[in-house]
Amino acid sequence: MGGTMGWHLLRGWTVLVYLFMFLPVAVVVLLSFNASQFGAFPMTGFSFRWFVELAQNEAILRAFRTSVTLGVMTAAISTTLGVLASLAMVRYRVPGSNYISTLLIAPILVPEVVLAVALLLFLNFLGINKSFTLLLFGHVIFTLPFVILVVQARLISIKRDIEEAAMSLGASPRQTFFQITLPLMLPAVLAGALFALTISFDDITGTLFWKPGGVETVPTQIFAMLRNSISPEINALGTVMIVLTVGLPLLGLAIARTLSQKRGI
Amino acid sequence: MSVEAREARQPWILLSPALTAIFLLLFVPLLFIVVYSFWLRTSTGADQVGFFLDNWREALSDAFYRDILLFTLKIATITTLVCAVMGYPAAYVIARSKGNKALLLLLLMLPFWISYIIRTMSWINILGVSGALNTALLWLGVINEPIQMLYNQTTVILGLVHFLLPFMILNVFVSLEGIDTNLEDAANSLGATRMQAFWQVTLPLSLPGLAAGGLLCFVLGAGTYITPLVLGGPGDAMFANLVFEAIITQLNWPLGSALSLMLLAVLGALVLIYNRYLGMAQLMKGLG
Repeated sequence: MGGTMGWHLLRGWTVLVYLFMFLPVAVVVLLSFNASQFGAFPMTGFSFRWFVELAQNEAILRAFRTSVTLGVMTAAISTTLGVLASLAMVRYRVPGSNYISTLLIAPILVPEVVLAVALLLFLNFLGINKSFTLLLFGHVIFTLPFVILVVQARLISIKRDIEEAAMSLGASPRQTFFQITLPLMLPAVLAGALFALTISFDDITGTLFWKPGGVETVPTQIFAMLRNSISPEINALGTVMIVLTVGLPLLGLAIARTLSQKRGI
Repeated sequence: MSVEAREARQPWILLSPALTAIFLLLFVPLLFIVVYSFWLRTSTGADQVGFFLDNWREALSDAFYRDILLFTLKIATITTLVCAVMGYPAAYVIARSKGNKALLLLLLMLPFWISYIIRTMSWINILGVSGALNTALLWLGVINEPIQMLYNQTTVILGLVHFLLPFMILNVFVSLEGIDTNLEDAANSLGATRMQAFWQVTLPLSLPGLAAGGLLCFVLGAGTYITPLVLGGPGDAMFANLVFEAIITQLNWPLGSALSLMLLAVLGALVLIYNRYLGMAQLMKGLG
């Protein structure tokens, strides 16, 4: 566009857009190390005291345990369902596959608030009140489409030839699946699980509808703490969350890259 | 059983757990709240089973609900437009950059992994009475007293743009990436200026991505109740806040059902129109 001048303008704009996306989050991290007892500027010094206080706050630790348990169980269930469905969609010719794929991503086409209300009211009607079970069902259903999208995208790149070779060398379908297909699929499965875990860990929209009174996940705990005022503890908790939800996937990515380089794929 | 029959049955066995879950945890519950919306909340607090039109009459005729629905659509429209204006050039730069494309893309994915509540509340640190901006302005001597910049319509839009911008950029990027750059060069060699080549070749070809990003921004923006609670004032309630109020605070589940279905109808109509003209494939490209 308009030569290099225009390109420079566009690049400048892009830098501003990235700053807009990251600066506020960077400020959360910065303020979590603030020695001052108010969660705001000015910075009076560098301190880890808010992280120490976090580790001693029983409510926050409880919220953390709830979030981790919920996230891990959600990831396990929704990855299992998602991997099976993705295998069917990628490996077989399914009649009406267009409709099936739309069905499979339907939970993210419905606004999350509506999904939350529908699930809450229906399961309550069946006698399942606001509970951990309800939270788990809710998290599974809205992480499932994301798992399917991620796993499908990666499954496509695995060639069937290798499996056919194994079969022609005398491996049974079962042996082929466990010794050939599954190891090849592992990165896709892990990516799906990590995605489900992160989404579940971060969710608040549905969680506020489904959680029983007194039970908090980390995001709802932060939300409840915001009602008073922003404290350095919230910023510290935010920092821990950022490190976990950004650090873990990055670590996963790095491990996956190293593994695939070693294998020479 | 023949090999073919087994081959034909296998995908359905693999699909059945996921499809059962979606059927039981999404479609049946949605049908259930359709029924529920015709029940009646009685003064004793119990729900009376039956076929009453009261909730629908209230939801559809009360000016209070209509105004908040219009306000919600207005906020979502502004948010989507701002996302498009901010995001399109950025997506263009990422798609056309050579050296640091991988880094820019990785950075673009990071916000998806940072909790929505944290990104939303981060603006309190920036715009709050003792936030970064007030502190800076006081220090510079521009103002003598901190100003309350938070808790209004603008900060709601700001929070939503911050939350939804990555969706827009990613979708536009995916469609720009799919355009053969030779097309622009061809237009240039045929005498078009770079500007003309962009407006007449690249932009039209990237419209599906812009539409997909716009749809996501609009639907996600119009369905939120957390952002107005954290960054809005008392008068900035959006439609999803009404749903939350009815279901969680007032425990008026029949009315809450009717309100949820209204929101679903409005946003679902948009998704259907989109699907009719552009198809779901574009949307899935951006999401995967």
